[in-house]
Amino acid sequence: MQQTVPYSAVLDELEAEAIHIYRESAAAFRNPVLLYSIGKDSSVLLHLAIKAFYPAPLPFPVMHIDTTWKFKEMIEFRDKRANELGLDLRIAQNLEAMAEGVTPFSHGTHEYTRLMKTVALREGIDRYEFDAAIGGARRDEERSRAKERIFSLREPGHRWDPRKQRPEFWRTANTQLAPEQTMRVFPLSNWTELDVWRYIEREEIEIPGLYFAKERPVVERGGTLLMVDDDRFPLNEGEVPVMKSVRFRTLGCYPLSGAVESTADNLADLISEMETSKVSERSGRLIDGEGGGSMEAKKAEGYF
Amino acid sequence: MSGQTPVLHLVTCGSVDDGKSTLIGRLLVETDSVPIDQLEYARTTRRGGSTVPVGEVDYSLLTDGLEAEREQGITIDVAYRHLNLPNGRRVLIADSPGHEQYTRNMAVAASNGDVAVLLVDAARGVRPQTHRHLTVCALMGVQTIIVAVNKMDLVDYSHEVFEQVMGEVRTTAARLGVQQIDGIPVSAVTGANVATKSNAMPWYKGESLLGALAIWEPLGRVADEGFRFPVQFIVRAEGNFRGYAGTVVAGSISTGDEVVVADSGRTAKIARIVTADGDLGVATYGQAVTLTLDHEVDVTRGDILAAGTVLQPADRFGVDMVWLGEEPLAHGRSYLLISGSRSVPATVTNVRHRLDVVSGHEHAARVLNMNDIGRVEIATDRPIPMDPYSLCRDTGGFLLVDRVTADTVAAGLSRHAMRRAFNVVPHVYDVDHQARASLMGHPARVVWLTGLSGSGKSTIADAAVRKLHAMGIHTYVLDGDNMRTGLNKDLGFTPEDRAENVRRVAEVSKLMRDSGVVVFVALVSPFRSDRESAATLFDKGDFIEVFVDTPVDVCSERDPKGLYAKAAAGNLPNMTGVGQAYEPPLNPDLIVHGTGDLDTSADLLVAAILEA
Repeated sequence: MQQTVPYSAVLDELEAEAIHIYRESAAAFRNPVLLYSIGKDSSVLLHLAIKAFYPAPLPFPVMHIDTTWKFKEMIEFRDKRANELGLDLRIAQNLEAMAEGVTPFSHGTHEYTRLMKTVALREGIDRYEFDAAIGGARRDEERSRAKERIFSLREPGHRWDPRKQRPEFWRTANTQLAPEQTMRVFPLSNWTELDVWRYIEREEIEIPGLYFAKERPVVERGGTLLMVDDDRFPLNEGEVPVMKSVRFRTLGCYPLSGAVESTADNLADLISEMETSKVSERSGRLIDGEGGGSMEAKKAEGYF
Repeated sequence: MSGQTPVLHLVTCGSVDDGKSTLIGRLLVETDSVPIDQLEYARTTRRGGSTVPVGEVDYSLLTDGLEAEREQGITIDVAYRHLNLPNGRRVLIADSPGHEQYTRNMAVAASNGDVAVLLVDAARGVRPQTHRHLTVCALMGVQTIIVAVNKMDLVDYSHEVFEQVMGEVRTTAARLGVQQIDGIPVSAVTGANVATKSNAMPWYKGESLLGALAIWEPLGRVADEGFRFPVQFIVRAEGNFRGYAGTVVAGSISTGDEVVVADSGRTAKIARIVTADGDLGVATYGQAVTLTLDHEVDVTRGDILAAGTVLQPADRFGVDMVWLGEEPLAHGRSYLLISGSRSVPATVTNVRHRLDVVSGHEHAARVLNMNDIGRVEIATDRPIPMDPYSLCRDTGGFLLVDRVTADTVAAGLSRHAMRRAFNVVPHVYDVDHQARASLMGHPARVVWLTGLSGSGKSTIADAAVRKLHAMGIHTYVLDGDNMRTGLNKDLGFTPEDRAENVRRVAEVSKLMRDSGVVVFVALVSPFRSDRESAATLFDKGDFIEVFVDTPVDVCSERDPKGLYAKAAAGNLPNMTGVGQAYEPPLNPDLIVHGTGDLDTSADLLVAAILEA
């Protein structure tokens, strides 16, 4: 075919768009926050935020929703990055549910996610009185995300009402909020998973080691490989963790994150594996699987 | 153009019936843009009405988004998807539904579009919605329209059918001033001419749809003549760093270039173009950068740094508006206007007409309802710089926001500034109009006679002037037709031109009044807002609005200039009282009847001038 468009040129345009969204958010909202979930998308999100305000420091805090069931490596990575970059890091947790002993094993994934992630996020936003939460959701992740706005309005109670979403014209955003409304902002809306990886490669962005293949202790349940990250993982009778070379396409709570068998222990191998396998990344996420369109139902409750 | 556009913004228009979902689904699959599990879903899942056998891909399932919509089998909103073309170009698709009630969604999708793919069902031919889609795309500034004449397999791949459709579409496109239009005969179901050229239509010599998207280049952005940089955020950092962060939305700029702060007219030179990856020598369209200036000037968020084509603030604009709110547009109500990163209170002062998006006709209207498109006038609380939308979408497009609910109720496209606030500081002279009035021995005032053509404005003015002249009072008459032979000979009779006509006459009348003369203005001036603008130039009492109230049948009976006869023959579409509305004053200082006694009317005017 005709002249080739370098991938980097596509990334430049996506980067400029994300920076524009960041600057608009920082200027227009009273108290915005960057939602940081430690994964690759969050790493890109953070990198872009720092670029957007250079040479000034990040003008807003960063919040992590900590379910306490994240991979150990993720928490170590989070604290290291926060320290290196001098981030104003806030942690949001659903202490009530934790005290009640809610775990991924005691409750269904849907209820667990609602309590430990959705409710914790809502409470975090309320406690710090954030009026805008900037996150890394992308339109290519899932079908219902294809209609998500870049500036996504939440009604009082963090409810997402698809009929109330604002039309988005040009680069011009309506960032006005009525009392008790809040905004979720998605600077990576138009990025694809491959864009995220290519950008990580180009910008040499640091990401958790869990994305790269390594011998890890896993058990197989219903066709999904789960990593036994600590001794809270209740093994079934006769179940013995085996060491396998695995990596993770998305990072979340370790009992809910399916691993893929892989030998890709560096970025180049990982990207070439990505380009040949064409399964959508959320297929490894157990929380999305309950019934078609369940992402839409979760969003209506206030999930990211 | 040598540079390849890396990301193409595509808008797709058409309805499910035209096979749009199937076409987009096929584009996604043909470009490997669909994950395997989603493809599997489209193979195994079926919904009511689907005729695609299980096991084959039901392409339409790939593009339906929300659960509620899947159940109803319709799409109700704009969905965003991407394609990767083999040459590396990214295509971002904004997909909007074809139903008539969703003009607003089409406008959203088209607002960012470089190219529109407009589907027409070959078997059913051009339909009203085809015109609607063309109109909205043209209005929102989509440069290139590709007409995908679909379902060619159902019409035996007939060249005649294709040409028939394209002929009709081209006629409408020409009327709308669409810059570039191409037609491609396709079949989304069989894949003909979608990704690759089909053998079934040897008469078609052009590109496949994907091929056309791969080679497309912009015609050249009109705004390349001017640099535009709306300031989003002031970056302050150590070492007294003060930079202006934003995105280049038009043109380009280099270090050392002079820019003007469009709001204040102050100028400065670009000192640095800062990015996290190091300073740049030049910043071009689409780049997000931080600019520093060579000396301190007042710049705040919302200001526009500009160079090239002049951009000046104004506080009245003629605009096209897409009404989005469920509540209709309310006259005189204060909305928040958001233009780029600036927001300012604004009111709609006048609705000129509503556009019939199918026929292209303009209908007189007082309100705009949801999904209506119309021409209105707005007034902003303070002057702001806005470009014509045709020059730059980002600095010419704006939103209106309800100040209570914070909902976006309209998208506006600035067409022209009606009253500029020049960066001029007037010199104040000691001898003013009052000093001159005392020398003249009589007050200097403006008498503004408004009324239909043939109502008797000039006749009444003439009679009053004769009386005043006899009394030793200095007078002058500014007559509409006389003005149009000179100062205003470049103006026609559209509402925009009438507004400008009134503005110029008002300014001239003010200068003459300041010289100490009693000025009569005899001008149809049919629009209330134009006359109100004229009145704002004067102190209360110095502007006397006189309504010459004569029934239209009397005027057309008199027809001293033969205009009513021409209008009746259809030769004067903008004739006031016939094709265009006359808005009588709500609260005139004086009403005289053109059917009444001339001498009495003249006396009333003289009294009003001397007593006011």
